[in-house]
Amino acid sequence: MAHLKVNQEKITDKEQLIKICPFGAIEEINGKIEIGAACKMCRLCVKKGPAGAIEYVEEDIPQIDKNKWKGICVYVDHVEGNIHPVTFELIGKARELASKINHPVYAVFIGENIKDKAEEILHYGVDEVFLYDNKELVDFRIEPYTACFEDFINKIKPSIILVGATTVGRSLAPRVAARFRTGLTADCTVLDVKENTDLVQIRPAFGGNIMAQINTPNTRPQLATVRYKVMSAPQRNDEKSGKITLMDIEKEKLNSNIEVISVTKKEKEVSISDAEVIIACGRGVKSQKDFEMIKELCDLIGAQIAVTRPLIEAGWADAKRQIGLSGRTVKPKLIITCGISGAVQFTAGMRGSDCIIAINKDEKAPIFNVAHYGIVGDLYEVLPRLIEKIKVSKGA
Amino acid sequence: MDILVLIKQVPGTNKVEVDEKTGVLKRDGVDSKMNPYDLYALETALRIKQNKGGKISVLSMGPPQAESIIKEAYMMGADDGALLSDRKFAGADVLATSYTLSQGIKKIGKADLIICGKQTTDGDTAQVGPEIAEFLGIPHVANVRKIIEIKEKSIVVEMDMPETVEIVDIKFPCLITVEKDIFQPRLPSYKKKLETKDREIKVFSLKDFDDKNEKKYGLNGSPTQVERIFPPSVNNDKEIWQGNSDELTEKLYKKLKDLKFIQ
Repeated sequence: MAHLKVNQEKITDKEQLIKICPFGAIEEINGKIEIGAACKMCRLCVKKGPAGAIEYVEEDIPQIDKNKWKGICVYVDHVEGNIHPVTFELIGKARELASKINHPVYAVFIGENIKDKAEEILHYGVDEVFLYDNKELVDFRIEPYTACFEDFINKIKPSIILVGATTVGRSLAPRVAARFRTGLTADCTVLDVKENTDLVQIRPAFGGNIMAQINTPNTRPQLATVRYKVMSAPQRNDEKSGKITLMDIEKEKLNSNIEVISVTKKEKEVSISDAEVIIACGRGVKSQKDFEMIKELCDLIGAQIAVTRPLIEAGWADAKRQIGLSGRTVKPKLIITCGISGAVQFTAGMRGSDCIIAINKDEKAPIFNVAHYGIVGDLYEVLPRLIEKIKVSKGA
Repeated sequence: MDILVLIKQVPGTNKVEVDEKTGVLKRDGVDSKMNPYDLYALETALRIKQNKGGKISVLSMGPPQAESIIKEAYMMGADDGALLSDRKFAGADVLATSYTLSQGIKKIGKADLIICGKQTTDGDTAQVGPEIAEFLGIPHVANVRKIIEIKEKSIVVEMDMPETVEIVDIKFPCLITVEKDIFQPRLPSYKKKLETKDREIKVFSLKDFDDKNEKKYGLNGSPTQVERIFPPSVNNDKEIWQGNSDELTEKLYKKLKDLKFIQ
């Protein structure tokens, strides 16, 4: 079994060793150093502690045959056949990864009366679309959808499966991963692939300002979810390529303990995900009423207002306006951040923006690491002056 | 009705940074709290109990210190609680965590309704709930924003989808994950604190589970592995402006004009 072995005699300074662990998992118990249940196996203590003090001991485990798993598959996210654009972004990414390891690109499409819609996918460069078209599949219900996915994986054996981190994807992907007892990495911001077909998954981790590179070394398929607007969609080709294969599944596998009573369309809301210009506010904005000033600026430059998580927790804005890992991902042409320090949970949701202007009083704020233009200054000084200037120029 | 709420202890702040020179993680303090999203799950359970009666249990997994959030749940009104804690659970990813929790749920006895928060603030994956449902072989509905009706054998809920709202009837036993704002969570009560001060918190470890195979827990039961951790990349192609407010405003105005965001 892989575990951390503590060699007490090699520990030079217990205090210092305990401090290395960011999770407080190294404890001194009766004069001996022990590793507790808070350990996340980041192995920093192995790397940074005194040489040999903490050892990572790995036991040989049988390796799977990765050659038996071929193809990169994208789940076609849709509601009533309307394909979510994250699907095309993922197909673009899948194609890029597939060309590195010479694998085909697949799409799996589960629903009812979706054959025509499947044709559209052939314009984006997939080799094969696998179609589960059945009246039990008209609404998303977890058991029958998982059953179709299971059937697909058993028959086709794809190496990698990419799923959009939408409401449906976040529900379906974990269910499928658990059924195959395989790995699933949520909200990847970077994806790459190694020669041995291991998917390189990068995402913010451990609730801190840290990125982690995660892999799934000895199980297949490998699952990852990616949010909308993180990858770029490929150009639609005028010509179709690839083929559509209709899949059969036994009716009894499509049973469900869930009954959909009604589906109501929500009123179309302005989504910050689609905004071209965004002004985002963080804790540097001192009170809710100061939003008036921000909103005035928004109106002047045609921007949408967005916020960070602390402001949502304070109840200052609707959760739909939150940028970041627990909110939305945005990719506008311009984003101006006001009083935002720039924790990775936030920046992960906006670093793809074309132009990032940051205003913050603290010149050491990490937001200046992602900004294209960093303004070290007080938003309460700069913004009123800017608003005045724009008003004057518009009036002139 | 037996309701089980899954809760997690998370760091009180997210100020964890990597020292770029040494690669060591720096953390300000070690204070921790209950995952804020779990408060909504617990409140949902409490409201259901108010209307329909029943018993509320809470379950968590983590180091022994995580008992503090179970005490907090008692102060809000939970009836009993258990903690899954074992060194062998260390280093667990989503799959191993979900499997451990599902074994813990079997140990404390199956619930009619399991409620989870939408996600945690430290992992942010929102995946553990659905994986637990899979391991228990029960249906789940995520993103529940309203409880419409509790029937004898099922629950009717409103599910928030990006463009639609779905009303679904889901049979017990089942698992739901609830959205923030489903109900406003109550504050822990001082009265309950006194009442529950001596209430037991059961602690279970691997030896208490049906499945004692060590290979399914902790790092060994985790199909994903962290290969390396590193600070987020830094954009070096940038301009930093300093000066007095008039100069800064002038520069910002000019830039917005150059980029044609101001006509």
